[in-house]
Amino acid sequence: MAYLTTHPDCVPLVSYRFGKGATSIDKYLEMEGYESARKALGLGPEGIINEMKASNLRGRGGAGFPTGLKWSFVPKQAAKPKYVLVNGDESEPGTCKDRLIFEHDPHSVIEGVIIAGLAIQAKMGFIYLRGEYRYLLKIMERAVEEAYAKGFLGKNIFGSGIDFDIVTQTGAGAYEVGEESALMESLEGKRGVPRIRPPFPAVVGLYGGPTIINNAETIATVPHIFRIGAAEYAKLGTERNGGTRLFCLSGHLERPGVYELPMGYNLKKMIYEVGGGIPGGKKLKAVVPGGSSTPVLLPEEIDIGMDFDQVGKAGSMLGSGGVVVLDETVCMVEFALRTMKFYRHESCGWCIPCREGTDWLQKSLTRLHEGGAVDKDIDNIRYLAENMLGRTFCPLGDAAAMPTIGFVKKFRKEFEDHLEGRGCPYHRAPEPEPALV
Amino acid sequence: MFSPQLAARFDRLVTLYPVKRSALVPMLLYAQDEVGYLSEAVIAEVAERVGISELEVRNVISYYSLLRTKPAGKYHVQVCTNISCMLRGGNEILEHCKRKLNVPNKGVTPDGLFSLEEVECIGACSWAPAVQVNYDFHENLTPEKMDGVLAEYRGKAGQ
Repeated sequence: MAYLTTHPDCVPLVSYRFGKGATSIDKYLEMEGYESARKALGLGPEGIINEMKASNLRGRGGAGFPTGLKWSFVPKQAAKPKYVLVNGDESEPGTCKDRLIFEHDPHSVIEGVIIAGLAIQAKMGFIYLRGEYRYLLKIMERAVEEAYAKGFLGKNIFGSGIDFDIVTQTGAGAYEVGEESALMESLEGKRGVPRIRPPFPAVVGLYGGPTIINNAETIATVPHIFRIGAAEYAKLGTERNGGTRLFCLSGHLERPGVYELPMGYNLKKMIYEVGGGIPGGKKLKAVVPGGSSTPVLLPEEIDIGMDFDQVGKAGSMLGSGGVVVLDETVCMVEFALRTMKFYRHESCGWCIPCREGTDWLQKSLTRLHEGGAVDKDIDNIRYLAENMLGRTFCPLGDAAAMPTIGFVKKFRKEFEDHLEGRGCPYHRAPEPEPALV
Repeated sequence: MFSPQLAARFDRLVTLYPVKRSALVPMLLYAQDEVGYLSEAVIAEVAERVGISELEVRNVISYYSLLRTKPAGKYHVQVCTNISCMLRGGNEILEHCKRKLNVPNKGVTPDGLFSLEEVECIGACSWAPAVQVNYDFHENLTPEKMDGVLAEYRGKAGQ
């Protein structure tokens, strides 16, 4: 069971119904459920998209693309059916937020899909969960059945004359499928390898039809925007970064957990006040601010607001909202190696720079961590990573390269300490104290 | 091949999507849950139901880490050692499981009760370290708590 953690600074918007029994449709309806879909029906496609643009909601999957703008790219007239696809393949290390939404408020996802469908005039939506979230599929399937029974899905939804269907399913274990084009391949029953773009999914997507693909948190946020109003929603955050988001605090913290905080909330405060600081009186060494693919920040770089623009300015990315905190006992080479081991495992092998690059980087980092590396290897690691950037069909190659470049750049001294056969300073026996002269 | 319930579920599943093939990944997963693994016979039957070749089915199976063509233990213990779990003792949990079950990574106990696998992030970062046994999550673990988890499954098997 996944649960929300709270702090006085938290703003319960997306988490408004968490832990209140809203998995049942009756409770959901009691708490303003499906009222947003009715409002959206009244607004019509253009009205919905304008409201979404005014909310300043940006994609919660990692890239932070403005949601309203994304929806507006779908052509009004299309030869093939249009689709809405919810990306619940949450797999970015450090991220465990979508799980809470599916577990505590499945109807908010359904309502979000309906509103997105109305905006682009689609007749069908898909909710794709990661394979490991099987228990959540049961919750989602039950919620979908309830919505059908009430006439909110199926033929003539809400008596509007519009038909809309939803299918829920899970994947079967693949980080790469969280990438939008690979997700469509997987949903079409194939290996999850990425597609080249353009054309973008908004024009040619699932089954060749125009498709909007949004992260689960993004979609679950939509009904709340219509519930409180786009202007109110935008005001909760910072400029161009509307609303709140579910931040996943993990690693060396007194109180790790998933907290809903306003966009732009100060990272330092998030670590020391919300998360309770570093246990055991240890010192902070580094912070990975938005999931494993985002470049590391040093303790002196964390006095920033957590929105897409401010974290970008600090040289990293807000990403998926997974804040991973490292104390002074962590070997950064080992951490870089574990990160790379993940990307090597998850690279789908489609693009050579990613497939070979991640493999080579894992080997180089292993050698370095074990003490077998030479000085040149450190530059080679950085050179290799830099040459993966932007040279693949999908961002997995970048996701592997960006943090690696950051680790080498910011912790070069620590990488050098592993050289000349010395191996890991954090794992070898302490050297005897030098004799006093 | 499959139970009547699962066969009925499959009959419905292929009608839900604009193309039959979309049902492939969920079908493989549900078939595996019932049979234990994706045997030759399962692959042939699924290929038939979806209307594609066995080779195409195998091609998809080899891509997804949850799909397996060999039996696992009755209880498949999946230990996450990715960054958030690593920082809070995921590697120690993995080593502890290896010792307790007396199997290496990807090994199966001789009685077929447990199998062990080191896995990538399972989405339990804020409650690390975490383990999934089949589809059930066990979180905020210590080696002692892990003993309790294993004992619980051993007890279930004994019933």
